[in-house]
Amino acid sequence: MTKQQANWSPYDNNGGSCVAIAGADYCVIAADTRMSTGYNILTRDYSKICKLADKCVMASSGFQADVRALQKHLAARHLIYQHQHNKQMSCPAMAQLLSNTLYYKRFFPYYSFNVLGGLDNEGKGCVFTYDAVGSYEKVGYSSQGSGSTLIMPFLDNQLKSPSPLLLPALDAVTPLSEPEAVDLVKTVFASATERDIYTGDKLEIVILNASGIRREYMDLRKD
Amino acid sequence: MQLMDSSHSNPMSLCSQADSQRTLYPYVTGTSVIGVKYKDGILMAADMGGSYGSTLRYKSVERMKPIGKHSLLGASGEISDFQEILHYLDELILYDNMWDDGNSLGPKEVHSYLTRVMYNRRNKFNPLWNSLVLGGVKNGQKYLGTVSMIGVHFEDNHVATGFGNHLARPILRDEWHEDLSFEDGVKLLEKCMRVLLYRDRSAVNKLQIAKITEEGVTISQPYSLKTFWGFSAFQNPTVGAEGSW
Repeated sequence: MTKQQANWSPYDNNGGSCVAIAGADYCVIAADTRMSTGYNILTRDYSKICKLADKCVMASSGFQADVRALQKHLAARHLIYQHQHNKQMSCPAMAQLLSNTLYYKRFFPYYSFNVLGGLDNEGKGCVFTYDAVGSYEKVGYSSQGSGSTLIMPFLDNQLKSPSPLLLPALDAVTPLSEPEAVDLVKTVFASATERDIYTGDKLEIVILNASGIRREYMDLRKD
Repeated sequence: MQLMDSSHSNPMSLCSQADSQRTLYPYVTGTSVIGVKYKDGILMAADMGGSYGSTLRYKSVERMKPIGKHSLLGASGEISDFQEILHYLDELILYDNMWDDGNSLGPKEVHSYLTRVMYNRRNKFNPLWNSLVLGGVKNGQKYLGTVSMIGVHFEDNHVATGFGNHLARPILRDEWHEDLSFEDGVKLLEKCMRVLLYRDRSAVNKLQIAKITEEGVTISQPYSLKTFWGFSAFQNPTVGAEGSW
């Protein structure tokens, strides 16, 4: 009779999808509000979006406990930054901090798939996309989470991003207007909800622009 | 740190001295807890069984306890870990009271504390093997949340642990509504507990219902549910298979 080993996993996948799209003077960050485990839905109304700074919003899916711990960690670091620098962190600065924070736990990772969206110091939209251990890239748009395989190709098609291999690098920020981008996000989630069991219930959209921050909600299929 | 690396390269070769110090599997366990928000606060139900594997070892385990002035904690999973958590909360509430400043920790704060405790233990690979339901009312605000052994947490209008997630949540999704009366809330919880009694192997027919409102906590005396076994298929169970039992 061999010794019984630990049969619990420190990780779980609570599902969900996140998207962010950068515009010339706005940024749209969206995520569904479903939280699942296995084939169960735990709750239909859990926000995956966290405002880290005035012009910087993060959406994360994956293991909810790690996501929440990461959000708290970054919020605490931002507070310290504000005490020390007497200003808000810029989105690119927060992007670097998030990458470093994730890599710090390279050997027991935060199971968190993040997109960071916001406005840079010139007010232009910026989106950063991450893997679970902190490798990141500034892009014009991105999706992460359980529906990302369904969403990303559609965004590639609709936003016609220039090849990242071009030299000099072309700006990937979309020429779409803000209402067009929001509409695209709604379309994208409605589609992902059809085929991804972990995406659905409700869509939460955060829009950052020169006038500030705005939130919109849209119902998604509950099945 | 060394321990962390070895556990990742080969999970089977954790060094034996450390093994005896960390939770590997639960011993005495409680089954589902269900909680719902109702008009005046929170209603919670749990049976009083403490199972030792497949043996029903303890039949009077109180799995719901009041915490401070504003909260009620229900737990499923390892009973000794629940007792440990109550010990931590005792200290938390004591320190809160010793400030003597008119403030008191509400259910949201206690839930946040529990989430941090559970998550930290999971980070150390030595979890408290419980799924907790934390409900309460403070300043008219109702709160109902849950935390699992790995730190997954959320709040909702109705929550359940373990088998309750599979059997009770669907009933609650269908029949729960805002501003349930106390009687309707109890009827709803009893309906869920009855289904659990029929279908959960570790459920026992001795339960308590707890209520928390702005006024305080009331935990009912233990009682049992009426069950119905008079199905025709049970009258002559071998009618389709002569010779069996």
